[in-house]
Amino acid sequence: MTMGATQENGDDEMDQKVKKYLRGEAANLEGLKDKKLKGQLAVREELYGKSAKAAAKIEKWLLPSEGGYLEAEGIEKTWRIKQESIAREVDILSSRSQYDIVLPELGPYTLDFTSNGRYMAAAGRKGHLAIVDMKTLNLIKEIQVRETVRDVVYLHNELFFAAAQKKYPYIYNRDGTELHCLKEHGAVLRLQFLKNHFLLASINKFGQLHYQDVTMGEMVGNFRTGLGCTDVMQVNPFNGVVALGHSSGTVTMWKPTSAAPLVKMLCHPGPLSSLAFHPNGHLMATSGKEKKIKIWDLRKFEVIQTLPGNAKTLNFSQKGLLAAGTGSFIQILADFSGSQNYSRYMTHSMAKGYQVGKVLFRPYEDVLGIGHSMGWSSILIPGSGEPNFDSWVANPFETSKQRREKEVHSLLDKLPPETIMLDPTKVGTVRAARKKEKPTKEEREAEMEAAVEAAKDTDFKKKTKGRNKPSKRAKKRKEIIDRAKRPLLEQRIEEQEMSRKKRKTNAETEMPKSLQRFVRQKAT
Amino acid sequence: MKVKVISRSTDEFTRERSQDLQRVFRNFDPSLRTQEKAVEYVRALNAAKLDKIFARPFIGAMDGHRDSIKCMAKNPNYLKAIFSGSDDGDIRLWDLASRRTVCRFPGQQGAVQGLTVSTDGSVLVSCGSDCTVRLWNVPDANLADLDSLSDNSAKPLAVYVWKNAFRAVDHQWDGELFATAGAQVDIWNHNRSQPVNTFDWGTDTTISVRFNPGEPNVLATSANDRSITLYDLRMSSPARKVIMRTKTNSIAWNPMEPMNFTAANEDCNCYSYDARKLDEAKCVHKDHVSAVMDIDFSPTGREFVTGSYDRTVRIFQYIGGHSQEVYHTKRMQRVFCVKYSCDGSYVISGSDDTNLRLWKAKASEQLGVVLPREKKKQEYLEAVKNRYKHLPEVKRIVRHRHLPKPIYKAANLRRTMIEAERRKEQRRKAHSAPGSIVTESIRKRRIIKEVE
Repeated sequence: MTMGATQENGDDEMDQKVKKYLRGEAANLEGLKDKKLKGQLAVREELYGKSAKAAAKIEKWLLPSEGGYLEAEGIEKTWRIKQESIAREVDILSSRSQYDIVLPELGPYTLDFTSNGRYMAAAGRKGHLAIVDMKTLNLIKEIQVRETVRDVVYLHNELFFAAAQKKYPYIYNRDGTELHCLKEHGAVLRLQFLKNHFLLASINKFGQLHYQDVTMGEMVGNFRTGLGCTDVMQVNPFNGVVALGHSSGTVTMWKPTSAAPLVKMLCHPGPLSSLAFHPNGHLMATSGKEKKIKIWDLRKFEVIQTLPGNAKTLNFSQKGLLAAGTGSFIQILADFSGSQNYSRYMTHSMAKGYQVGKVLFRPYEDVLGIGHSMGWSSILIPGSGEPNFDSWVANPFETSKQRREKEVHSLLDKLPPETIMLDPTKVGTVRAARKKEKPTKEEREAEMEAAVEAAKDTDFKKKTKGRNKPSKRAKKRKEIIDRAKRPLLEQRIEEQEMSRKKRKTNAETEMPKSLQRFVRQKAT
Repeated sequence: MKVKVISRSTDEFTRERSQDLQRVFRNFDPSLRTQEKAVEYVRALNAAKLDKIFARPFIGAMDGHRDSIKCMAKNPNYLKAIFSGSDDGDIRLWDLASRRTVCRFPGQQGAVQGLTVSTDGSVLVSCGSDCTVRLWNVPDANLADLDSLSDNSAKPLAVYVWKNAFRAVDHQWDGELFATAGAQVDIWNHNRSQPVNTFDWGTDTTISVRFNPGEPNVLATSANDRSITLYDLRMSSPARKVIMRTKTNSIAWNPMEPMNFTAANEDCNCYSYDARKLDEAKCVHKDHVSAVMDIDFSPTGREFVTGSYDRTVRIFQYIGGHSQEVYHTKRMQRVFCVKYSCDGSYVISGSDDTNLRLWKAKASEQLGVVLPREKKKQEYLEAVKNRYKHLPEVKRIVRHRHLPKPIYKAANLRRTMIEAERRKEQRRKAHSAPGSIVTESIRKRRIIKEVE
């Protein structure tokens, strides 16, 4: 019966995989009365099922690479294993990914990788910008801008990167040529790039958030957050919202089309020190200055787990491992059972004087890049990267021709900023009907009558000593009735004004072309 | 401890020689792709716009006839040919690729009312208002290519004279018989000079006849008394008849579902029926604003083309209530006959202005040899556009068609009239006892009765 058992397990596994590719539940066709539509939808659902099964089979049999792993034997614990012992066990090519670059004079370093993990941009605080090809460990270009550089981020491919310098952010070419100086952003503390929308988001010293479209140069949105200066900013890759962590302990989430944040949640009792998003978009890790790391579920906005630990920087890997760095100590947390229960997986201590500035996992590789006060390092974390890449999403072995094609295709598929929303699967679905309806005329009159009746029913205090005159009583009664009527009348006047304004704006747009300049512009 | 780290050797992931193709690796995991639905929506929008940019359906007009073209026939064995007959007795064989007359068949006196070709493509049958049926030899395809410049004339194989003028003719599929419609329905054999059989039900003239492609002995006819009659050759009497409110101008059987046929009616609609159950139409196809004169199915059985008196040609889905495409030109007057080409890519219309016009069946299709990658991409764009075509921005672009002003206004007028009628019906219903007024669905409303 063991064959039966293993077959059952295999079936369960396949079912899990198929579920992943189905992207949601099948539609319920029971309630449909239209037979033609029912037939068409049934055919569609069958096709979806077939393609999900085919994709699951491909995942099982046809993917070229397998993921990394680290297993401890006996009484050994994975978090006591040092990088040297890992380097001894793996092949030469992988052990070349473990190194330390020491550049003590040029300040704490921050890093960014391109989306295919091939190129890295490193920026030292004292103005050192460097681009390195990680495959060949070749330095492509390094420049010294002689100004404070606070952050660096790659744009859509390795040809362009943006550096947040002392007064404004600048965009540079791969050859180090300065292409643009973005004066509108101001003194930027952090930069983030939204891939699908080609938007460069920045937060500056005054707490202003700017979104700029890098294809057309158009400033899509600039908002005053109103919550002060902060340098904790991350973009959620799943839905494109930008999250800011503030010194009051709140995390706000923004989209470029609205001046008010989408979500404002109180995460920590003190200021936030860093923020990270899981690639599936449902998990967020935050750490506060009170030395706690919290893992949040973003669908319910609830804490799943609280871990002790000081983390100046957090980062999730493609496979869901969480790296937390503080001082000269880095710990990697992983959830082994898939139930979002994070526990220690690996740790790494660097030499005493090194202060970790930023940890960043390299995409599609089992490597963690660390930017610290004495330069940058790279260590091996087995099981953190996605082993199988898709050539049409991100290709680490891209030729220049493929890169050019990809650029054109991604420009054609550029999403408009309106598509950024908390739940990206809502695109193309039916919007729920408005439940509240405006009250009709009879209803309104009935309401007013009821209010008046209620007001008339009140009893008056009997005043003595000559103050209880009938004229004064009548006046008081009238005053109470008017007070009861007033809010309803005010509502009615408001609605009338709104409809008048609407009619007015309609009329204004119908004006002939020569008079357009006199039309009152609505303040945006 | 057991440890393994991802390590990719460059040889496995790059090509060996520059003559090889680049290697492509796929991982279909949805977590690698973010915001899939928004990307698909943007692609659907772009696909809809590109579709409209490339929508140039008109290929060319074939000039030559001197009077309005009343009937056409297609040769089932040879894709490039089409026969057309006009009101002055001129029958021509056209080559669609060069859009020129290959051969003329002179001899018919008076208007040519019907044309049909036998299933093996060797004999052309024509009938007209001079009470004759003429059989012609269809010239060989290869010879025709060589002599396409000179006007060849052919002599008729046989001429049969009969009692009254004929209105339509159709040939049996895979058989030796053909049927003519006139005062009654006659069944002829190629070799006999008199009809083998005659069917008569009612006193009015039959105006169109069509043999069933799947069942060679069944034929459908339509008559001036607003009826559609089904006959079976094996029985000596007609099988079934359905009387509608208005006259049916033409009938076409669905080649993929031979029990269904669609009738082009005088009241601007086309009605699809199941031949086994004639009491209710299966589908009503509305969109024309004047009488529908002719109808023909695509060989896929999924689309059909109609030509109407309102100077437009429309292409419908076989189950669609409204048209997918509408073709019109300033120079094209009343369309009397339409044919779908045998490969399903072209539509030919013959109209009052003595021209045959060749159109693409899919307006933005790329003609000629399409590379497999291009084809895949076009199929993908079509699929993604269909997935989002109900959303307002995409719908607006996909639905947009320019219509000539008279037709646009006529359509609006029709809509107002139908709306008014519907509203009045609703009010009558609301103000009478519940259940006393029963609304009939439009699929039944246009049928008066069914007769055995």
